[in-house]
Amino acid sequence: MSESIDYWSLLYVFVLAAFIGLGVIRRVSRLLHTPLMSITNAISGIAVIGSIIVTGGDYPTEIRIMGAIALFASMTNIVSGFLITDRMLKMFKADRRPKPDQRS
Amino acid sequence: MNNALVQLSYLVATGLFIFALHWMNAPLTARKGVYAGVAAMVIAIGATWAQPEVVHHGWIVLAIIAGVAVGVPLSMVPLTAVPQRTALSHAFGGLAAGLVGTAKYYLWFSEGPQHLTTFRMVAIIVEIILGYLTFTGSLLAAGKLQEVKWIPQRPVTYPLQNVTNLGLLALAAVVGVALTLNPTAAWAPALFPVVILLALVFGVLLIIPIGGADMPTVIAILNSYAGLAAVAMGFVLDNKLLITAGALDGASGLILAIIMCKAMNRSFLNVLFGAFGQAQPVKTGGDQKIYREETIEGGAQVLEQANLVVIIPGYGMAVAQAQHKVRELYDQLKKRGVSVKFAIHPVAGRMPGHMNVLLAEADIPYTDLVEMDDINPDMPQCDVALVVGANDVVNPSARNEKTSPIYGMPIIDADKARTVFAIKRSKNPGFAGIDNELYFSDRTWMLFGDAKNVVGELVKQLSGSAVH
Repeated sequence: MSESIDYWSLLYVFVLAAFIGLGVIRRVSRLLHTPLMSITNAISGIAVIGSIIVTGGDYPTEIRIMGAIALFASMTNIVSGFLITDRMLKMFKADRRPKPDQRS
Repeated sequence: MNNALVQLSYLVATGLFIFALHWMNAPLTARKGVYAGVAAMVIAIGATWAQPEVVHHGWIVLAIIAGVAVGVPLSMVPLTAVPQRTALSHAFGGLAAGLVGTAKYYLWFSEGPQHLTTFRMVAIIVEIILGYLTFTGSLLAAGKLQEVKWIPQRPVTYPLQNVTNLGLLALAAVVGVALTLNPTAAWAPALFPVVILLALVFGVLLIIPIGGADMPTVIAILNSYAGLAAVAMGFVLDNKLLITAGALDGASGLILAIIMCKAMNRSFLNVLFGAFGQAQPVKTGGDQKIYREETIEGGAQVLEQANLVVIIPGYGMAVAQAQHKVRELYDQLKKRGVSVKFAIHPVAGRMPGHMNVLLAEADIPYTDLVEMDDINPDMPQCDVALVVGANDVVNPSARNEKTSPIYGMPIIDADKARTVFAIKRSKNPGFAGIDNELYFSDRTWMLFGDAKNVVGELVKQLSGSAVH
């Protein structure tokens, strides 16, 4: 592993991603703020990739135990986050299915 | 898998995450967003797992199975419990970030001190402080929302609270700086847990003074922290996917928190350090205020003859599980040609957008759910405003009374409707402990009782009478 990490490019990525995030999220329908929050819960499960490296590397046991707990926690977020988001979104309907008889 | 392929996979995953959030901008495309998110996550996990440095697979498989086993039931909670599920999820996110940061520090300390550069140490310290404070803070928030018995619901305050809290955070930062300057000192591994402990305690202290009315904001802020902790992890591990996904998450939490704060006319700092929600001394004596009650029969009659009925739901509706009865009332009125709209205040419910999800579950088309800013201009033309379990969001004191704790908060103008019916469980003041002058207006009639029963009775009354 070389130590020539380009910190500046990481910071650029962060700033640009944050602005994209602000731009995209600003346009999310207010109707969907609860599902938005649960889908971002799932996306924050991205910590899973750090956890996999720590759990699966050739490291001392204590280190790997911490990784495994982190992996479990992230995986829980991913699974429950995506499933509950989809469950909620299925409920949003523009029109009722059987139209009750119009004004009478 | 070679490095270029891993990086390419991460790049694709980043793009898909952005699309996932982009598609959330309308209900019609939102489910596509979920699929994009799932695809991105599968790609990210696959690419990471295939890296040569991952040599042990057993524990990974076990942890994934355990995560799925817990995650599936957590996704099936009732929708009223979604706020606490969300808070719990932030806690897990914080814990994961904290643990990975901790593991990486100790690993590098013993096996590669040259990796502990100043930049990395700063990132590790930020990661663990944010991670662990989000962990305990969110657990406590989840406990408060779940109304766990031994967790106080009302804000807990004590003298010098803010000084104590900030002092604690400053202390954690000072210890963090000492570690950053001497990451490989012999005493460093012993000092590291001190930062963890301070962050854990700070998380608890940050949330105990916060009351239920502020929960939507707090959940959004914790969402943002969980995202930023993932960003810090990305800096630690030199991983751009962690940085981008974490930044999207952080931005989302930030925007939601800003919307919530605006909807309450309060600042961030005020929510976090203001200890709102203490019962205000209710002004007694002087003119005795009298509620005017309406009967179910009378209420049903007025509703039936209206052209436009605006229903204003609050968290009380969810507590009483009245949303399905409200749907029946909606059906009865629609059948008579009455227009029915729902006026949704941004902070109604216990998290951003909560009320919309609860009403969507009750099968009310989202096209009839109207935001506060869009419905207010129509309120003077509204024949009946029916308040179901809402209180502070329709309190005119927010407009008129400078001394009111909610002064300046934007409200739904229920008081401008020709007639107001307010369903209220008891004659006590609402969540913030503030008297609501709407209830004493000369246009308002009260329907006392459990929201579910009252609405159910109205429906019975309407369905009993013939449709004209």
